[in-house]
Amino acid sequence: MAGDLGNTLGGRPGLAELKLKAWEIRRDILTMLHVAGSGHPGGSLSEVEILVTLYYYKLRHNPQNPGWEGRDRFILSKGHGCAGLYTVLAHRGFFPKEELSTFRKPGSRLQGHAYSGVPGVEVSTGSLGQGLSIANGLALAARADDRDTRVYCLIGDGEMDEGQIWEASMTAGFRQLDNVCGIVDRNGIQQDSFTHLIKDLEPLDRKWAACGWNVLEVDGHDLDALMDAFDTAAVVKGRPTVVIARTVKGKGVSFMENQPEWHGRAPNRQELEQALAELERACPRSEGDA
Amino acid sequence: MPEVKKASLRDGLGQGLLELGRSRSDVFVLTGDLAESTRTHLFEREFPERFLNMGIAEQDMLGTAVGLSLAGKVPFVCSFSCFICSRGYDQIRVSICYNNQNVKIVGTHGGITTGPDGATAQSLEDIAIMRALPNMTVIVPGDAIETRKATVAAASFPGPVFIRLGRPPVPVISAEEDPFEIGKARVLRTGQDVTLVACGIMVSETLHAAEELAAEGIGAGVVNMHTIKPLDEGTILKTARSTGAVVTAEEHQVHGGLGGAVAETLARKYPCHIEMVAVNDTFGESGEPEELKERYGLTWRHIRERALRLVRNKGRPHPIRPD
Repeated sequence: MAGDLGNTLGGRPGLAELKLKAWEIRRDILTMLHVAGSGHPGGSLSEVEILVTLYYYKLRHNPQNPGWEGRDRFILSKGHGCAGLYTVLAHRGFFPKEELSTFRKPGSRLQGHAYSGVPGVEVSTGSLGQGLSIANGLALAARADDRDTRVYCLIGDGEMDEGQIWEASMTAGFRQLDNVCGIVDRNGIQQDSFTHLIKDLEPLDRKWAACGWNVLEVDGHDLDALMDAFDTAAVVKGRPTVVIARTVKGKGVSFMENQPEWHGRAPNRQELEQALAELERACPRSEGDA
Repeated sequence: MPEVKKASLRDGLGQGLLELGRSRSDVFVLTGDLAESTRTHLFEREFPERFLNMGIAEQDMLGTAVGLSLAGKVPFVCSFSCFICSRGYDQIRVSICYNNQNVKIVGTHGGITTGPDGATAQSLEDIAIMRALPNMTVIVPGDAIETRKATVAAASFPGPVFIRLGRPPVPVISAEEDPFEIGKARVLRTGQDVTLVACGIMVSETLHAAEELAAEGIGAGVVNMHTIKPLDEGTILKTARSTGAVVTAEEHQVHGGLGGAVAETLARKYPCHIEMVAVNDTFGESGEPEELKERYGLTWRHIRERALRLVRNKGRPHPIRPD
């Protein structure tokens, strides 16, 4: 069933299948973080539907040949969200799922922040603010070579405190990089606290628009809405599109949701069991069966 | 010294980039509102579709170069050394070096001879901070011809490369037919008493010092260490063994640059007496290049003086000085 989840060959995958995939990925993220003993659950759980939509629907890619020239590019600018990305890549077949248990261990490819030694990871990130400029460079190269590559860049909302994001935002707007699609994981929380208490980002839509971007706002856990947004972004010409995805940090685990402390700590055994039990009760498999 | 022809290293860069633009289609040039100052406007004129003026935004410029490199292009990012290396250090460290990207960084206006613009525009720490980065290659050419060759060579040299240039015209000390190989020092002169190792604009000062020393009966060898990393340890050891005394000369802080690199090698493999001609842990100030070189101890006279001190003390225990 999961093997039939299509992406590059046409129509949309079934919603029930995508939901189940997102559920499985949440479960595996939590387990992997527990085994690692450290990491970033909050922002990994908030980005799950975004990544599932990209990797199971929108991105042209080939897990058997990660360097395939015709692929679209995805840059995880919020490199601390790598637990989410690694898990999605493993589910997609870029590398064996068993490897997820080596996350953050010496000798593992699965470094604590997104690492380009992992099949499917385009570039190592981890120092915030740097991904969008890289996405722009890829887009400029594609334009120069007359290739139809699309470049997606996932940005954390706290990350937008960094000036480089706005330098890059101006560059993409000014150069009309309509092959770039930015995605903001707007979960409202950064390491220390809520974003509106640290350095308020609002009005975020107007900031991006002022830099020349087409701005879409969606519920970042609504798979249909995300597919619509990426479809729209792909046909907007003359300017880049940013999808501001309103998400819940720690999504899916009641005691992690909207809690800044879960930005950067792993669940212990008891917390993991509680989280997995909660997930089990919310499994979309039973929803589909009903 | 007889009157010599002078040329700006930046002109060597401009010519090198033009050559690359004509010979290969994958070379891109980026600058941050400094097209004419970096002489990249020559490339812009001929290859506007491969030239990106990124505005006064070094961090974004470096990241954009990484994207181009990921797509197989060979981007040259050209700006004042102080801006590109200091403002962009984290981007160079993470996006470029950690990812081992094929990005070439050219810092012009390196050193104190940037002159009247003063300390904020004078880059005196760039060799040290670039040299500390894994995967990075660091080149400090000695004249305009060598700069052109280094620029062309960097395009075919895999991985991140930093080329550090100065602003004012300096004597042309090499010839078109001279070899240039990244990582291979050039022995410009041999001498049995002391070895002078220099980079950048200090190579010509060092040659001048060697001539003066020769007139005083002291044989001074001169090594043009145009590549600071990877350091040509073989040439350092060979020349140091033949003299037992080494003076380094660079237009850079005394810490962590050429002198530091040479001392690290000699301390481990052939401990001997070393003197360093460099800026002594201080910021610069406004002034004409020649005035500043005098004021901060970066002339042939300073090199000669240090060499004499070493030669006089040969065979004695290393002098312990309060300075």
